Amino acid sequence: MKTWRARWLAALALWLALLAPVPSAYAHAFLMHAQPAVGSTMTHPPSVLLLRFSEEVEPTFCRVELTGPDGEIKLDAPQHPAGDPKDLQLALPPLQPGHYQVHWRAVSVDTHVTQGSFGFTLTHPL
Amino acid sequence: MNCKLSALACASVLATCTALMPQLAQAHGYAGQRFFPATIVTDDPFVSDELSLPTISTVRAPNDDGVPTRQTVISIDYTKRITSRFGLGFGESYLINDPERGANAYGYDNLALSAKYLAYVSAPHETLLSVGVDADIGGTGVARVGAEGFSVITPSVFFGKGLGDLPHSMGWLRAFAVTGVVGVELPTRAAVAGSGEGLPHVLDAGVAIEYSIPYLQQSVRDIGLGAPFDRLIPLVEIATATPLDRGQSGQLTGTVNPGILWIGQRMQIGIEANIPINSRTGGDVGVTAQLHWFLDDIFPDSFGKPLFS
Repeated sequence: MKTWRARWLAALALWLALLAPVPSAYAHAFLMHAQPAVGSTMTHPPSVLLLRFSEEVEPTFCRVELTGPDGEIKLDAPQHPAGDPKDLQLALPPLQPGHYQVHWRAVSVDTHVTQGSFGFTLTHPL
Repeated sequence: MNCKLSALACASVLATCTALMPQLAQAHGYAGQRFFPATIVTDDPFVSDELSLPTISTVRAPNDDGVPTRQTVISIDYTKRITSRFGLGFGESYLINDPERGANAYGYDNLALSAKYLAYVSAPHETLLSVGVDADIGGTGVARVGAEGFSVITPSVFFGKGLGDLPHSMGWLRAFAVTGVVGVELPTRAAVAGSGEGLPHVLDAGVAIEYSIPYLQQSVRDIGLGAPFDRLIPLVEIATATPLDRGQSGQLTGTVNPGILWIGQRMQIGIEANIPINSRTGGDVGVTAQLHWFLDDIFPDSFGKPLFS
């Protein structure tokens, strides 16, 4: 009984030792938060779109598209705001009330690709 | 002139890199924006570089002599992508049988080998379809813990479907996903040597119903859950085995396995209860826990990428 326990513990210890030098930044980039928030409804038009990921992303290879009631809205390329490598920020033109859909494609610094989409709604101010 | 050439060269490199990126790095368990976790009881519908170390399950059940026995299994499973859609794997289990009366028996089960091909992926419909075959190699384990002297070959079809393509008006339901597997166990012998007891072909069916909190917060509605709850995927897995012939036709056994997964950046942790679906399966509830490692995230430049891109 002691032998198998020792072998399994040795295998687990060896595996954890292999993991130790691996940089923690290597992984898929999950969307953690967004502004405007995913699925939110707001009365005042946002001036920026901010996407916060779980990992550092490479803005050169990232893509963000915004479609609204009148179709696709032209946006500038995403940038890191204030040097935060996990965030992507884009300036938004003045938005009219309606439903908007954000489509994003993120490439983390280790080249893993993730993608997603979400909506938010802008209503007339009360 | 030089400036223009440099700019052109840079643009070409960027365009080339951009075009190549998706092929380089799209990896484990994704169909579009849907991340499919590695399920514990039923096999995954995708191919990836992954390691389950360890999977530990324990349950109290009668042994062949009818004596109540604590059965514990410690397993390792490894899968390696050969190409981005084709992978090979192996699995090994250590069994510990601890009866209420009599001596303990422990030893390795038969070695399991597998091959799987990801045949279809639909990003917009969050759908995966794979075909594969498992082989439990007879005689490679220890007979006193029940390892058979014959091999069992199991061809299977695997599927995964996220509900993210439902209308947006059905918001919260879009975080659901279903994965499953159907296969037939084909033993290489018709009967147990000596006793003459039939070794039937067995229909294996499994399904996992998952509700992804990460998907909910990333794609449907951010409900403000923070760590660690924003990475949870509650799920229920159902696994059944139905003999088809050789005197045991229709004697279904199986378990219902409610549990929860926590998805990290490089690994996931999961735990499930194993509830027998009938008295033929057993009378006690077991537990299975697993640490599962995403090798493509841990070693993206070496072990974690396909041998041939």
